[in-house]
Amino acid sequence: MSSKEKEPLFSEKNRKLFTDQLGRNNPVTVQVLGICSALAVTVKLEPALVMALSVTIVLAVSNLIVSALRNYIPDRIRIIVQLVVIATMVILVDQTLKAYAFDVSRQLSVFVGLIITNCIIMGRLEAFAMANKPWPALLDGIGAGAGYGIILIIVAFFREFLGSGTIMGYPILEKIGVYSFGYEDNGMMILPPMALIVVGLIIWVQRSRNRELIEK
Amino acid sequence: MENLLNIFIKSIFVDNMVFAFFLGMCSYLAVSKTVKTSVGLGIAVIFVLVITVPVNFLIEKYILRKGALIWLGESFADVDLSFLTFMIFIAVIAAMVQLVEMIVEKFSPALYNSLGIFLPLIAVNCAILGASLFMQEREFLNITEALVFGAGSGIGWFLAIVGIAAIREKIRYSNVPAPLRGLGITFIITGLMAIAFMGFMGIKL
Repeated sequence: MSSKEKEPLFSEKNRKLFTDQLGRNNPVTVQVLGICSALAVTVKLEPALVMALSVTIVLAVSNLIVSALRNYIPDRIRIIVQLVVIATMVILVDQTLKAYAFDVSRQLSVFVGLIITNCIIMGRLEAFAMANKPWPALLDGIGAGAGYGIILIIVAFFREFLGSGTIMGYPILEKIGVYSFGYEDNGMMILPPMALIVVGLIIWVQRSRNRELIEK
Repeated sequence: MENLLNIFIKSIFVDNMVFAFFLGMCSYLAVSKTVKTSVGLGIAVIFVLVITVPVNFLIEKYILRKGALIWLGESFADVDLSFLTFMIFIAVIAAMVQLVEMIVEKFSPALYNSLGIFLPLIAVNCAILGASLFMQEREFLNITEALVFGAGSGIGWFLAIVGIAAIREKIRYSNVPAPLRGLGITFIITGLMAIAFMGFMGIKL
């Protein structure tokens, strides 16, 4: 490839791969991928952050690996090859979490393992990494992971703030002193159903700001 | 017996895969547009869960767990293969799905035609791997408990997807605010259904 045809590393197109997935083409609210494991870990901000980070790492690295191998993977067994790559990455992440952040790994319980079947990862591998060069695939992976992470963090922020009155475990409402006016935490926010409703509301807000996403 | 019934009821209603753990949400949202297809997918999920959970239970008990390989001889007593759990479970699930597909195709073409397209999809349904991982976490004592847990989880998932499909069929005639149409309202309905299911919390037989 001659130098004038060579794309700069952060060209317009490559940047778009990343930024699009934060909003307009968000994996959770627009592509409807990866909701499975997303919601159960959003009771508190800390596990949500760890989960978002783990998914981003697994997604970026397996996107990179599969994209580098894409010309050697026979079409018929591609799913199992992809699953092996993903499972290897997830095992690495899981063992790292167990070694360095045991408390969080306890809270996430089975949901770290469930990253394997997180549809975002399979979806991005199938749709993007199998057809593109490693560098864009890496960016796409990071972008999809970040888009997923943003939703997770928004949901977790509201659930922790309204449900337990803390942010990252810091009792912010207690310090301000709203409890003395008779304010009480909304215990409902901690329960699973509210995660679904909060995501529904996020979708509502996003789609009313961005009309082209509205379904017929 | 009472214990088994308890696990069964609990896995259907209290620890419902969809409403309590959000597992299998991807196919739950994608395939719940009509009741007919969702019944097909629901049955396929029950089917696969009933097979994979006990199989994974045996693998966990006799191969993966620390000290599980002792039946090979004294020198294997310290072997701990539990770090391989994810890899083995997902491989078992993928293989079982393939096997189930072939068996059903051979012996019951009618069932195969109605399940057909859904069976391969199930390999990457989080509810399946999730059930196996929960089975491991809860440390069931014997294979019957694992079997009952698998069946209960499957039936719970079946109820959830058929319920939402029925509601979605009706909601097509209502006037939902435009930005909420489709995905948004489905999330909110699922949330409301989950609140209803929370009424079962604390049931113990």
